Amino acid sequence: MIDPLFLAEAAINGLLLGGVLALLALGLNLIFGVIDIVWIAYVDLVMICMYAVYFIVQVYGYPMWLGGLASVALGALLGIGVHVLIISPILASAPLNQLLATGGLLFFLQSFATFLWTTDHRSVRLDLPRLEILDMPISVARLIAFTLAVLAMLGLYLFLTRTYIGTAIRAVSQDREAMSLMGANPQRVYVVTSAVGGAMAGLAAALLIIQYAVHPFFGAAFGPITFMICVLGGLGNMVGAFVASFIMSEVIAISGVIWSTEMGYVIAFVVFIVMIFARPGGILARRS
Amino acid sequence: MLELRSVTAGYGAFTALWDVSLRVTAGEAVAVVGPNGAGKTTLLRVISGLIAPRAGDLTFDGVPIGGRPPYAIVGHGIAHVPEGRRIFPALTVADNLKMGAFLRAARARFAESLARVFTLFPVLAERQKQRAGSLSGGEQQMLAVGRALMSGPKLILLDEPSMGLAPVMVLRLFDLIRRVREEGYTILVVEQNVRQVLKLVDRAYLLEVGRIKMEGRADQLSEQDFVRKAYVGL
Repeated sequence: MIDPLFLAEAAINGLLLGGVLALLALGLNLIFGVIDIVWIAYVDLVMICMYAVYFIVQVYGYPMWLGGLASVALGALLGIGVHVLIISPILASAPLNQLLATGGLLFFLQSFATFLWTTDHRSVRLDLPRLEILDMPISVARLIAFTLAVLAMLGLYLFLTRTYIGTAIRAVSQDREAMSLMGANPQRVYVVTSAVGGAMAGLAAALLIIQYAVHPFFGAAFGPITFMICVLGGLGNMVGAFVASFIMSEVIAISGVIWSTEMGYVIAFVVFIVMIFARPGGILARRS
Repeated sequence: MLELRSVTAGYGAFTALWDVSLRVTAGEAVAVVGPNGAGKTTLLRVISGLIAPRAGDLTFDGVPIGGRPPYAIVGHGIAHVPEGRRIFPALTVADNLKMGAFLRAARARFAESLARVFTLFPVLAERQKQRAGSLSGGEQQMLAVGRALMSGPKLILLDEPSMGLAPVMVLRLFDLIRRVREEGYTILVVEQNVRQVLKLVDRAYLLEVGRIKMEGRADQLSEQDFVRKAYVGL
């Protein structure tokens, strides 16, 4: 029998991990919902931003908050770059081509990172106090990451519901042509959406580098789970992705302590496959 | 106000409009009627910029607008209420109206436009917080028209406003469109419901397989003539 304290600790860790996963899934889902394209290389953009934070903070010695801000800005720029240079020219072509193009970007970014920075694992070491609640050690880095991720998602929610451009982004995701009749240039809305999605990748990078080491294949570790969350929540469904993030992170964390971390991912995939058969439209899909 | 000279347009290899000339003067209500597939919807889509014309000139208040994108044309004062209403179903009624005033100039007059729309369609004021997709068909059409008015247009293009509505609702809707007209908007309407639309407009065109076949004042064109021409083809 497993000590309930271990399970509780795993549940808390799962919750904390879920926050950052939700941030990634929401960024990817936002772009898919509006532009109808899955950025296969999304988590590889996160990887590039993680290197940026590593160099700014660990190598050049600037404070972490500055690294974080730079990462958000770099993410937004990368997002705009991906849209303008890669997506925009092939927007009218078959969806498969768009998938292949962003898939190609994935290999480019991985090779680029390997070439420049080798395959060494690099991490940012922060001096954070230790925290213990009821004899359970809680990672302060994870707590900070979770809190900032939740705040960022709250900010995204307010942006999408309370601002003119945010509402326009939702309107474009529902009817692109009708929104152009209202006077909105869809291309401009796409660029804003890509920038917001990229900025979320940048923030996720800053929150991940204080917990995990970065290497060129970091995207391979977090990419599949991010896509699974998006599909599980229903592609384009923001609330669904949010809920699915916590389901998946809890499954991974709890089965991780019961069996092993590897087994945790296996169970997560099994849950995913079962859910896809049970609710193919996503967990929150409206029953037709 | 709006003038089309020899406009030809289509989709890919298919030509839907041949050499169409048409004019709408300020303050007028004009109808384009014709059978299914005559090119009525294409005509409105060319005017609002959703399709670029292949040949011919389009001018609005003397400014050439042919081939300009839809988001620029709405800024000239042409609002298009598309076929099938095309409201944003997951947004609230209030947000739909807000999107209608997306242009900077329209945003400056937001409160004034909103008050005007709510006077015309009081039901929209009652349902502000409701998701637009949950409205009835008639209410959705009112929202689509209200949303178009939010841009502060001079000319309103209406594509089959009565489509899919119950007969009682069709009558009410035409009444409402009449009131919109009395507010001073110029209207170009495309309709299958010939009888009702001829009571609403000053002039009408008959469009058939992409060409204008007849034109005249609504009170002089007998409905029989039009119906026969439009649907029997004699």
